[in-house]
Amino acid sequence: MPWIDACATDDIEEEDLIRFDHGSQTFAVYHSPEGEFYATEGLCTHENVHLCDGLVMGHLVECPKHNGQFDYRTGEAMRPPVCVNLKTFPVKVEGGRVFIEVA
Amino acid sequence: MARRDYSPFGPDAQRAVESGLTAAEWYHTEVPRKVMKELMQRSDQPAIRDTIILYGGMILLAGIGIALWPSWWSAPFWLAYGVLYGSASDSRWHECGHGTAFRTPWMNNLVYEIASFMIMRNSATWRWSHARHHSETYFVGRDPEIAVMRPPELAKLILNFFGIIDVIRFFPTLIRNAIGGPTAEERTFVPQSEWGKVQRVAIVHLSIYVATIGLALWQGSILPLMVVGLPRMYGAWHHVMTGLLQHGGLADNVVDHRLNSRTVYMNPISRFIYWNMNYHVEHHMFPMVPYHALPRLHEVIKNDLPPPNRSIAEAFAEMWPAIKRQVLNEDYFLKRDLPPTAKPYREDFHQYVPSMTRPAAAE
Repeated sequence: MPWIDACATDDIEEEDLIRFDHGSQTFAVYHSPEGEFYATEGLCTHENVHLCDGLVMGHLVECPKHNGQFDYRTGEAMRPPVCVNLKTFPVKVEGGRVFIEVA
Repeated sequence: MARRDYSPFGPDAQRAVESGLTAAEWYHTEVPRKVMKELMQRSDQPAIRDTIILYGGMILLAGIGIALWPSWWSAPFWLAYGVLYGSASDSRWHECGHGTAFRTPWMNNLVYEIASFMIMRNSATWRWSHARHHSETYFVGRDPEIAVMRPPELAKLILNFFGIIDVIRFFPTLIRNAIGGPTAEERTFVPQSEWGKVQRVAIVHLSIYVATIGLALWQGSILPLMVVGLPRMYGAWHHVMTGLLQHGGLADNVVDHRLNSRTVYMNPISRFIYWNMNYHVEHHMFPMVPYHALPRLHEVIKNDLPPPNRSIAEAFAEMWPAIKRQVLNEDYFLKRDLPPTAKPYREDFHQYVPSMTRPAAAE
């Protein structure tokens, strides 16, 4: 699987996320309060809203439309109305850049 | 235009899906990410303070009402208690349903369950109906929370100031939910995984009402029902008054909340009861922003919104004549002017709405 250069580590504030588009795919890239980086698919599984406008609280991301929550480390749906888990992607950091392994 | 059909199985619902309306993207005012992040931040403190005031006030008022019962001197205390029970519970149900009132999830969930019971809504069903209300606000046949259907039935609107229509609808549905889970209509927006929860919640609510009625019969007094149940009727007027203003007289089947929602400046008491939902355009555009931050959000985006009504009275003076016109012309709606600083309404967003482009419909 190819590793795709998504962004610089300092493009994302701690406890925040950004949107990253690659080809026809859209991703959400997260910077956790502990300084770790994570990536999930970019659209909420409830109604295809971009998560990049949502709120990161600890290890949760909240969808901006209906306030559904996911654990972005595992993709697990944590709060209705989301019921379907988010797909997650492996991430590595090299030379101050964040790479996502795109399936 | 044919009469609107609000059934989720009717032609309007089908048209909303087939035309692409349900998949269209809503208009949003641009707010810098840094500002929005700050506005979205959660806090327990404001909601804990307000909840102590609310429940403390209810206990105090009901206590005085019981102490003075059956004297008429108890009436003002019941009226005040009723508004907290039958109207403030609406806004608590709403904010805690969004999960934005408190930072701590269990606090949101606890107040949500209590408020759902008081406002006579199944907490499991209504969580999903409200999600649909936000996705498809005032899409005919799709939004299950349309308060003023066209052509409006004015008598029903007025009766509901005393909760009469809501309560008449609530109890048969409660019994059906308790026996067999969600109704066929509810199953169009409640996922199957939640159907069991709908039934369990209904059984709990029904049990409390049966116990309260049993206690009233045993005591030979309506006093227990003055505390539980009846305040949903004698205290409903405030939430109906503010609720009608949210979308009444405005457009349906549009994807710009500036066209279908209304912001109204209100007095501090109404804002406490209503938990700042008078900033309704702001709430629909950015549902992540907690109630206590809505006044700040309003200051940030107000130059892109229609001017707010200056009071409840002014808003009713604008809305009520529009609702009356809709009795005879259901395509009529108020299309409010935007300030020069605002981005104009996008007609291309609303190609599915004939009345948007017909001068006779919108004025």
